[in-house]
Amino acid sequence: MSAAALLEVHDVAKRFRGLQAVDGVSFTVPRGGIVAIIGPNGAGKTTTFNLIAGVYAPDRGRILLDGVDISGFRPDQACHAGIGRTFQIVKPFGALSVLENVMVGALKNAADVAAARAQSLDILERLKLADKVDLVARSLTLPERKRLETARALATRPKILLLDEVMAGLRPTEVDAMVRSFRELADDTGLAILLTEHVMRAVMALSHHIVVLHHGQKICEGTPELVSRDPQVLQCYLGTSASRAAG
Amino acid sequence: MRAEALAGLRRREGVALALLAVALLAAPVVVNGYILSVLVLALFAAYFGTAWNLLTGFAGQLSLGHALYVGLGAYASAALFVRVGLPPWLGMIVGMAIAAAAGSIIGALSFRFGVTGVYFALLTIAFNEFTRILFDHFGWVGATSGLFLPVANRTHDNLWTLRGSPVMFYYLLLALTSAALLICHRLLNRRIGYYWQAIREDQEAAQALGINVFRTKLWAMALSAAMTALGGGVMAFYDNNLYPDTVFATGRSIEIITAPIIGGLGTLFGPILGAFVLTGLGEIMSWVSGSFHIDGLKQWCYGAALLAIVALQPSGLWPWLRSLLALGGGRR
Amino acid sequence: MIYLNIIVAGLLTGAVYGLMALGLSVIFGVIRIVNFAHGEMMVVAMYAAWLLNQGLGLDPLAALPLVTAGLLCLGYALQRGLINRYIARPDHEQFLLLLAVAIIITASLLMGFGPDARNVQLAYAYDSYEVGGLLLDKVRVLAAASAALGALALTAFFRFTRTGKAIRACADNQFGAQVVGLDVKRLYAITFGLGAACVGAAGCLLLLLVDVQPYIATDYTLLAFIIVILGGLGSVSGALLGGLLVGVSEALSGFLVEPSFKSAISFGLLILVLLVRPQGLMGRRA
Repeated sequence: MSAAALLEVHDVAKRFRGLQAVDGVSFTVPRGGIVAIIGPNGAGKTTTFNLIAGVYAPDRGRILLDGVDISGFRPDQACHAGIGRTFQIVKPFGALSVLENVMVGALKNAADVAAARAQSLDILERLKLADKVDLVARSLTLPERKRLETARALATRPKILLLDEVMAGLRPTEVDAMVRSFRELADDTGLAILLTEHVMRAVMALSHHIVVLHHGQKICEGTPELVSRDPQVLQCYLGTSASRAAG
Repeated sequence: MRAEALAGLRRREGVALALLAVALLAAPVVVNGYILSVLVLALFAAYFGTAWNLLTGFAGQLSLGHALYVGLGAYASAALFVRVGLPPWLGMIVGMAIAAAAGSIIGALSFRFGVTGVYFALLTIAFNEFTRILFDHFGWVGATSGLFLPVANRTHDNLWTLRGSPVMFYYLLLALTSAALLICHRLLNRRIGYYWQAIREDQEAAQALGINVFRTKLWAMALSAAMTALGGGVMAFYDNNLYPDTVFATGRSIEIITAPIIGGLGTLFGPILGAFVLTGLGEIMSWVSGSFHIDGLKQWCYGAALLAIVALQPSGLWPWLRSLLALGGGRR
Repeated sequence: MIYLNIIVAGLLTGAVYGLMALGLSVIFGVIRIVNFAHGEMMVVAMYAAWLLNQGLGLDPLAALPLVTAGLLCLGYALQRGLINRYIARPDHEQFLLLLAVAIIITASLLMGFGPDARNVQLAYAYDSYEVGGLLLDKVRVLAAASAALGALALTAFFRFTRTGKAIRACADNQFGAQVVGLDVKRLYAITFGLGAACVGAAGCLLLLLVDVQPYIATDYTLLAFIIVILGGLGSVSGALLGGLLVGVSEALSGFLVEPSFKSAISFGLLILVLLVRPQGLMGRRA
């Protein structure tokens, strides 16, 4: 339990009526760190996310953010504690403008609407949406919506940003652009990031540390190089013969 | 370039608003008693519609039982005036408090138990009807026989006791509706206005941004209820008689919502435009069906008009009119 | 003993309510559209049965197949022609659409028939059966039996026919149904038609029990919603159970307290159910 750990997840579990979605998962995210959770479909990645973000309460275990126990917090309480999150299927405030979308996030901390507006314009600048601030959110393309969702979460000044399959549906060039944005963000602001992803290109390029889940349990964790060579990981993704071939 | 366009927009808006204000202020001098009474009806519709729009248009919670708050406000102020001699304005404050409490209770129960959407709408109807039947048996306020206010002579206008001519009520309602508009405009541009709209668009996303959805929705319920109740009080002193089956009627709840939906849900001027259009339409229909002596013709045309607007301009008449007059877009 | 008589009378009436609500359960459960014109459709059926009675001397029970078929076509056409476009639209637009339809229907009936109440004169109106110590109105018994048969027929349709299963698939998973190649639009239209048919049958039966008048429609729309929510969406047994419950509570409260209180009890039940067990008595937890 080092002092550098921002997010600590201790032995959390969650059962949904017949399915043990998450079964005793533990990991930490250090300050300024970028950690990825990967695993096949149904491994429990999004459920773990939702446990941290407050959508579900864990059946057992604890979640600590900056030393504060946030297990069982509501999503808005988790946000106030410092969790920012995006959704797997983007949820923009369709009838509001891009700027207004981000302002909703900024209003959490801003003293008034004017201050929120100023902060939001800054963030939108950083995420390359400055030329679209007055457009209505539902008119944006998918990559733009993803950037908007990120901007909105960032506007709440989170301590850690949870990205739920943010690269899904993007073309390789778009993926690279997002990776660059997040790298810059992390470098400039020291923001910690926890992401779940299927797009390996992004995972390998971004993360310092990877946690692999399978059937709700952690089967491996380590640096990208280590994880990509681990026989158990290869087995669960590619089958037994592949792992044997890798030696 | 953008600043210039904005300035031009502001000027056009200002002119339009000024023209409207002059017309409305001058109306009683120019029109006859019948038209004045129609205008008063339209203003009532505009006021109630604006109050309802706050909850449903801004915060996205569909209430189909708003007559409940009209009734609570009407009965509270009227009964306290008749039975206890409490001045109307004080009685209306009591009415607003009762309505706000009722709205908060309904909201708290619904939101705590996750009742949303259509089910929430049905719940509001249930509370509305339940209260109507309750008042049907509530002796102190006259039950089904009704509550009657003493109709004093109308030669003196007394704003304090709300005894006066239709002209007095016209200007009073004009002032109230303008005040309601102003309040809504202010709220829209503050934190709570942004939060309401976020909840309307996507409640889950709103929560993930730190919004306490429960509390924010409750505020919308209480404010909308209180505003509606104030109008109910004024209506009681204008009509001078109250019956539970008319004041709390589901038909009234439906009347309250048609104007804002026709005019433009979630906009500021939508309820106003809708109110004037629908009231005017209603009067024309009455005249037409009166000359033809056909029962039900008025309702038929009313229904057809509603159908036409839902089919052709579902977001309402105001957004369409706004773009026509090049008054710009946005939430107003 | 008098209580038993009242309860049984309530149960019998409740069966007819159940059939009416079944139509709404089907519509709401499958298409997820809030049919605020439900009561109005039933009143149309009632007037149709009344016309057939006046013109051809048909007993409403004999007119039932005709009226039901007519309402089926009407419902199908309404859905296919108008309502289909509003399925994905926001609640308030759907509501306004169906409200407009309801107003037009009521106004048309008013124009056609006038505001006076109409009823049918039945030869057997005062006959009754004696079972044990109970006195059962023949009219009520016939109505309830027909309602039960109707519900059975509908259940059989959904369970055993291909179209019925297809509709259930749509209700479960609309996207999946489309992927497998089901014509969702057509199925929705059939569903609405079926719901209208239920209401058509219920209307004929209700005409045996009450007078018809253009303005009674709204009360029955609300009643249908109360029953559907009480019983649980998408559940046939739930709709019938809810109907029986409401029928009995109406009868009892009318006798014990006061007739005007019967709606209050129904609304009170609705509030309770929505807050405590929103999936209804027979519904599955979402």
